[in-house]
Amino acid sequence: MTAGPVSTGGCGAPAGGAPASAAQDAGTQAVVQGRVTQNGSAVAVGYARLLNSGGEFVAEVPLGEDGGFRFFAAPGSWTLRVLAPGNVRAERTVSADLGQVTELEVAV
Amino acid sequence: MSRSDVLTDADWVEAHGGDPGVVLVEVDEDTSAYDKGHIRNAVKIDWKKDLQDPVRRDFVDKAGFEALLSERGISNDDTVILYGGNNNWFAAYAYWYFRLYGHENVKLLDGGRKKWELESRELVTEVPQRAKTSYHASGQDLAIRAFRDEVVAAIGHDNLVDVRSPDEFAGRLLAPAHLPQEQAQRGGHIPTAKNVPWSKAADEDGTFKSDDALRALYGDQAGVDFTKDTIAYCRIGERSAHTWFVLHELLGQPNVKNYDGSWTEYGSLVGVPIEVGDGK
Repeated sequence: MTAGPVSTGGCGAPAGGAPASAAQDAGTQAVVQGRVTQNGSAVAVGYARLLNSGGEFVAEVPLGEDGGFRFFAAPGSWTLRVLAPGNVRAERTVSADLGQVTELEVAV
Repeated sequence: MSRSDVLTDADWVEAHGGDPGVVLVEVDEDTSAYDKGHIRNAVKIDWKKDLQDPVRRDFVDKAGFEALLSERGISNDDTVILYGGNNNWFAAYAYWYFRLYGHENVKLLDGGRKKWELESRELVTEVPQRAKTSYHASGQDLAIRAFRDEVVAAIGHDNLVDVRSPDEFAGRLLAPAHLPQEQAQRGGHIPTAKNVPWSKAADEDGTFKSDDALRALYGDQAGVDFTKDTIAYCRIGERSAHTWFVLHELLGQPNVKNYDGSWTEYGSLVGVPIEVGDGK
């Protein structure tokens, strides 16, 4: 089965974000990705939310088993917000550019 | 219809999830989360494999839906509690689908899987064994499903609610930002559509806002005219099922349809009008 030009396959956010294979084709993408840790260990249960420069929610992924997350943003400034059990909240601002993978390490 | 007819909470599910006549169903596009851990007694429905026709772009038909529910051990008179990831998008889609095929007693778990996880509630890997049933579905209730011609006809007449993010609405992104951006369709929105991102209807933990807050959000803030019919759309129809749930089930608006073709259909149609740019 070959994929058509328009994916109607889904809209969901896989844990950790879409696979790295998609991110490696960063030529046309503005990738923001990273890992959430607590005392040096991965936070495997939690959520990463991407907010735009106006503070509006844009996307959310559950963290991967390695605490990882990945977004395909547009160029510009974004806020990353982490939610984890025990009312853990953390925020980072980040800028994204086309053709670049922006890495972020978030210690909570 | 009151909120308690269509929504339930985690405490109720912990107390009654195993009761006879109650079936918990986790619905997701990616069911690996279910396989790693789910609410005790929950069965799973795979949004893609179980609910979509494998060949043409459409739902499983009535016979397919009957076969699915019979195989999962769900009876016509069971109370079905749906929940899932992605802030209940796919669970809301399944809810709409259960209503489309005439299931009476169906509710969403408010906050879905996210709130459950953030509260560190129990997840198990044990898969419940349910005896097969003989489920009988009704024909599709097309009063809640919109097709493309009605959407085009609604431009300038009825409410069109685009529930995607502001960047998708404006045409700057073609998919939610957790997915690679596609290039084939045109970006933008259906002319006269109001942009009310689905996320505005939910709090950060995934639970729905209060009825008053929701009425203010769509009415006063976005300018949706509650005296008119409404069609909600997004990219593929699951985020807009979430908004359909808000408008039709929580706020009790009578004529609300979900356009499941959504932007992946509309944005690829030849000759239809498209607007770009931010909402007004």
